[in-house]
Amino acid sequence: MSSIPEDLSYTKEHEWVAGLDDGRTVTVGITAYAAEQLGDVVYVQVPEVGAAVTTGDAVGEVESTKSVSDIFAPVTGEIVEVNAAVVDDPSLVNSDPYGEGWLFRVQIGEEPEDLLTSAEYTSLTSAEA
Amino acid sequence: MSRSTPLREVHEALGATLTDFAGWLMPLRYGSESVEHNAVRTAAGLFDLSHMGEIFVTGPEAGQALDYALVGWLSALDVGRARYTMIVNGDGRVLDDLIVYRLATEEFLVVANASNYSMVARELTERAEPYDARVEDRSGSYALVAVQGPKSTEILRTLTDADLDGLKYYAGLPATVAGFEALIARTGYTGEDGFELFVRNEDAVPLWNALTEAGAGLGLIPAGLSARDTLRLEAGMPLYGNELTADLTPFDAGLGRVVRLDKPGDFVGRAALTERAALADQEAGPDGTARRLVGLVARGRRVPRHGYPVTRDGVVVGEVTSGAPSQSLGKPIAMAYVSRSAVEAGGLAVDIRGSHEPVDVVDLPFYRRSK
Repeated sequence: MSSIPEDLSYTKEHEWVAGLDDGRTVTVGITAYAAEQLGDVVYVQVPEVGAAVTTGDAVGEVESTKSVSDIFAPVTGEIVEVNAAVVDDPSLVNSDPYGEGWLFRVQIGEEPEDLLTSAEYTSLTSAEA
Repeated sequence: MSRSTPLREVHEALGATLTDFAGWLMPLRYGSESVEHNAVRTAAGLFDLSHMGEIFVTGPEAGQALDYALVGWLSALDVGRARYTMIVNGDGRVLDDLIVYRLATEEFLVVANASNYSMVARELTERAEPYDARVEDRSGSYALVAVQGPKSTEILRTLTDADLDGLKYYAGLPATVAGFEALIARTGYTGEDGFELFVRNEDAVPLWNALTEAGAGLGLIPAGLSARDTLRLEAGMPLYGNELTADLTPFDAGLGRVVRLDKPGDFVGRAALTERAALADQEAGPDGTARRLVGLVARGRRVPRHGYPVTRDGVVVGEVTSGAPSQSLGKPIAMAYVSRSAVEAGGLAVDIRGSHEPVDVVDLPFYRRSK
């Protein structure tokens, strides 16, 4: 069973969103569950800093030995920072998905909608498993 | 509902990610597929391949029956040796690729892919009809466990008295391994030295455990289908369904050498393959488009995958059949059918979800072990 931290928000596309309570900038990554499903991540493409993104946009991709998946913007806003370390070493997504494996930060433009609580995400992943 | 191999509970206890493969629930990986891949390249990996099909062909005319049914010259095979061969239809198109072991003068073992072995058994039965030979699909009774990698011999030696040094590549030897009756075959699908062990279903778990124990100090770890696929791709080995399909002849796949037009008698596909062999390579190919199978190495980090178009100056000139990140090269690699003129002209790219990423054509295999 992969970990699902209680203090984060989640999407149906297996991304996590941190920092919603603290202000206007949130951090985004993919969940431990998604990382386990993907297997060894070998390539991560993140959006460019300054890009305007809308919830649901495909803004990057994460590629493993067996598959490739889009990364979707979980919120609407502007990309203000990307994780260069994870681009250099994509295995951080596997080894530390909620920490050093974060992908990008977004300055929120609109109030986020449809994000899942950890309890909701837990039931989503147990239904898939 | 997928079928399970006799080793399913072992895989589950090891925490494997299981996946449906050709109707079988198989281990995709146990932990990190890169670690499993590298273990096979540097030490050893243990594989469950029990989804493969085992078809026995026996009788005084078993060799002649196989000469008629397959493209190879199996009646000329020495007892104890094995051959890579194919079964084709009347048009010379590949129905499956096979390994055939001659176990005795009148006994052959045909190993077929999981997705195809029922069809292969039916075809063999039909084609062997005029011969004094009997075809029996015993896939349901046999398990197949492979030990692959440079430490394979050292590991297996602790469990058997069989003469492993005398066992050549593409040879098979009936023996006792860890107390169980087995056929030890020096074959594999990884590009490394190694063995495939055919045993009865009920012996699979204790054999697996004995191998695990024997290999514990030598770096042996269980390896799943994901590692198997990247290992075979680096070794330039074709996968049925990707590089080989029922649309292609063995010549199209660059494997015309398996077609033994020099053997006596007729065989299924002979007329079509004789015609195909006579064509200059430039004039033929899948759907007459003069393509050939090549190796590609990507310059960037995005991975060309099965089905992606190969392009030149924005024009589609081929298609990727298999692709993956290569541990051994540190770059994405792929096999693809590409038009001969485009290969010669160079400047190829692969359309990776809309962006044309440059690739270089290289000789296959991508990886060759040092002897």
